Amino acid sequence: MQGDALQRYTPQLVGAAALLAFVSFWEAAATYKLADPMFISSPSRIASVAAEMWEDPDFWRDVKVSSTEFIWGYLAAIAVGIPLGLAIGWYKRVQYALGPFIDVLNAVPRVTFMPIMVLWFGIGIWSKFAVVFLGAVIPIILSTYAGVRTNEARYLRVAKSFGASQMKTFKSIILPGTAPYIFTGLKYASGRALLGVVVGELYAATAGVGHMIAQAGNAFETDRVFFGVLLFTFTGLVVTTILARIEKRFDRWRPEGAVR
Amino acid sequence: MTPKLVAKDVCLEYRQPRTGDRLLALDRISLSVNEGEFVSIVGPSGCGKTTFLSVVDGLLPATSGEIIVDGLRVNKPGPDRAVVFQDASLLPWRTVLRNVCYGLECIGVRAAEARERAMKFVQMVGLDGFENSYPYELSGGMQQRVNLARALVMDPKILLMDEPFAALDAQTREYMQEELLRIWEQANKTVLFITHQIDEAIFLSDRVIVFSARPGRVREHVTVDIERPRSLKLKRDPRFHALEDRIWSLIHDDALVQARS
Amino acid sequence: MNSRSIADICRDNERLIIGASAFAAFLVMWEGFSRGWWATLLAPLLGESARALAIKPIFISSPTGVAQQSWTMFAITGEIWPHIAQSGGQLVVGLGAAIVVGVPLGLAAGRYRTFSYILDPFLSALNATPQVAFLPLFVMWIGTGFWMRVLIIFLLAVIPITMNALAAVRTVDPRLLKVASSFGATELHTFRTIIAPSALPFILSGMRLAVGRSMIGIVVAELYGSATGIGIMINMAGASFDTDKVFVGVLVIVIAGLLMTEGLRAIERRFDGWRPAIGDNM
Repeated sequence: MQGDALQRYTPQLVGAAALLAFVSFWEAAATYKLADPMFISSPSRIASVAAEMWEDPDFWRDVKVSSTEFIWGYLAAIAVGIPLGLAIGWYKRVQYALGPFIDVLNAVPRVTFMPIMVLWFGIGIWSKFAVVFLGAVIPIILSTYAGVRTNEARYLRVAKSFGASQMKTFKSIILPGTAPYIFTGLKYASGRALLGVVVGELYAATAGVGHMIAQAGNAFETDRVFFGVLLFTFTGLVVTTILARIEKRFDRWRPEGAVR
Repeated sequence: MTPKLVAKDVCLEYRQPRTGDRLLALDRISLSVNEGEFVSIVGPSGCGKTTFLSVVDGLLPATSGEIIVDGLRVNKPGPDRAVVFQDASLLPWRTVLRNVCYGLECIGVRAAEARERAMKFVQMVGLDGFENSYPYELSGGMQQRVNLARALVMDPKILLMDEPFAALDAQTREYMQEELLRIWEQANKTVLFITHQIDEAIFLSDRVIVFSARPGRVREHVTVDIERPRSLKLKRDPRFHALEDRIWSLIHDDALVQARS
Repeated sequence: MNSRSIADICRDNERLIIGASAFAAFLVMWEGFSRGWWATLLAPLLGESARALAIKPIFISSPTGVAQQSWTMFAITGEIWPHIAQSGGQLVVGLGAAIVVGVPLGLAAGRYRTFSYILDPFLSALNATPQVAFLPLFVMWIGTGFWMRVLIIFLLAVIPITMNALAAVRTVDPRLLKVASSFGATELHTFRTIIAPSALPFILSGMRLAVGRSMIGIVVAELYGSATGIGIMINMAGASFDTDKVFVGVLVIVIAGLLMTEGLRAIERRFDGWRPAIGDNM
């Protein structure tokens, strides 16, 4: 019995052991001055900085600015990207017209537009909102579109044969078939949105966690830099976990293992 | 007897987008199916039998000619015809019961009533207890039973079956053929059945219509004068073999002519 | 039966016709905003408020402005070439290093389960982090020069390459591996004859993703420092309100991105004959 449990959790155990080894080695390297702690920081220093910042209202202001940029940019990308992707997949002519623009936007990292966004919207929240939106909207459009297109003709034929209305066809065939693709796009887009926040705030900002990282970097406060990076890692993990949870609810009809 | 379904000089032409050539897929198909009759269409692959079924269902418009159901001309899908499709055409995101409800929902039947009516047919095809399963949890044979129930629940005047057992293994297929006859006798429907398996066509049908290949034409009507109810033992009957030989040589000749030209 | 009417030809080339007209319309609109055509045209209708339709070229540039600026920078002064060379060099070194490290790492993790258990937490954490957040750290460690940029490109590119190589080994048909071991193939031989050929298409699509990531790396890494590079050119032009130049830089990146992903797609197609299509839509 015990052996079974051990076997089942081997991946997690080995993974945790590896992480622990890494953290201890890092701490030891800093303690025994294998490398200058000013450059590499150490887990304990990061932890104490975290505790310090928890009390700091400036830090919470940064968090608020960054999350505002992330949430609104991402939500706007969802609100625009899903309908647009559906429209492009559903109406051939819309695809013909918009396809070239989307291909071009997809080929270029949207953070390239950062200087233009700053020119248009200034260095406040709006330029970040725009970059987050641009970064996230393209993968959402593309994967939604791909989802509609892979909706197999045979299901559409069934709907047509039963005389389903356009609306019924859309709700009963297109949407459920496209949902897994939309989620893939949403997951991918959340990474792009986070990237937009970081780049936007590194580039030109007056507040935000990315701005905090940049300033800490300039002042050689390695502990704060690491803390900021970990905060982004944590956010990324939380967002993908939440999305995976929601996806699971939509996914009961798929055999286990078919889920990528 | 009154003909339930009449096809009059049905032609279908395709235009190939790349070359602009026009291709004749169906050439003046005329046939009729009587009330309560079980008619099969057999023919070599590419003879347009599935295409013809799509025309009857109204999924494809005929280039010329007409399809008449119960004396009325039809040109789009309607609840008077229901198709049992070839392969897994069940909606994978719906349970068995909700798949069977699908057609009823499309014509605006209330959910509760649709559920009740669907349940009756889930039982008729022998899937009691599986109504809340998803298609991926069912075997191929069970999936085709759902497919059949989904068509029957519409109470269509004509049931159109498009090689429904083609994807099943040989044993399951024979078992399903017997089951289909049982359900057919119980439901008392007019059936137009498409297959490329000669023995399947003979075993099930009152009449077999042989199509020739490219373009699809009606080559011959073969009446199956064998009493019902039938069991699988029939497949070893000499009358059965005689019919099988006859249809086989019709198709074979045609294939040879095709290969030479 | 073979005749093709004009209507047929239009229908068959609908995609091209609609796409090209939409693009042309976009260019005309853009030019019109920057030259004030729409303001003049709609002035009788809208009166004073039509003035808002004339947008200063300093904000939006214009297609002709961008074309002219490209001509100058490519052909007359040639000032763009050093930028392209610098960024291209960083890309080649960073991406190359990512391939050299990522492919073996991913293959090993795919083949040896325990190794993948060790690698997995690090890989997932790195993947969830926007890796550009490491930028200030790298600047502290090695300054703002060539190697810092190579490092950020490497970090961005190595993750999709490793993850795809790992997934690639996992998708190798276990029956093939059984065949190999029943013939007594050595580990090396199995890698060469079974794993490598079946994994190649996936590895290539990982590289295609990595190319996109490294373009991000180029632009972002060059936020810092003040030497040469396309990203730097864009930043400097942006800071001095030289919008034409910004768009020339963007255009160079668009074209480079399209060329590289299409090139890799073509290579993928060559090795791809036997692989059924799977969802890889980014």
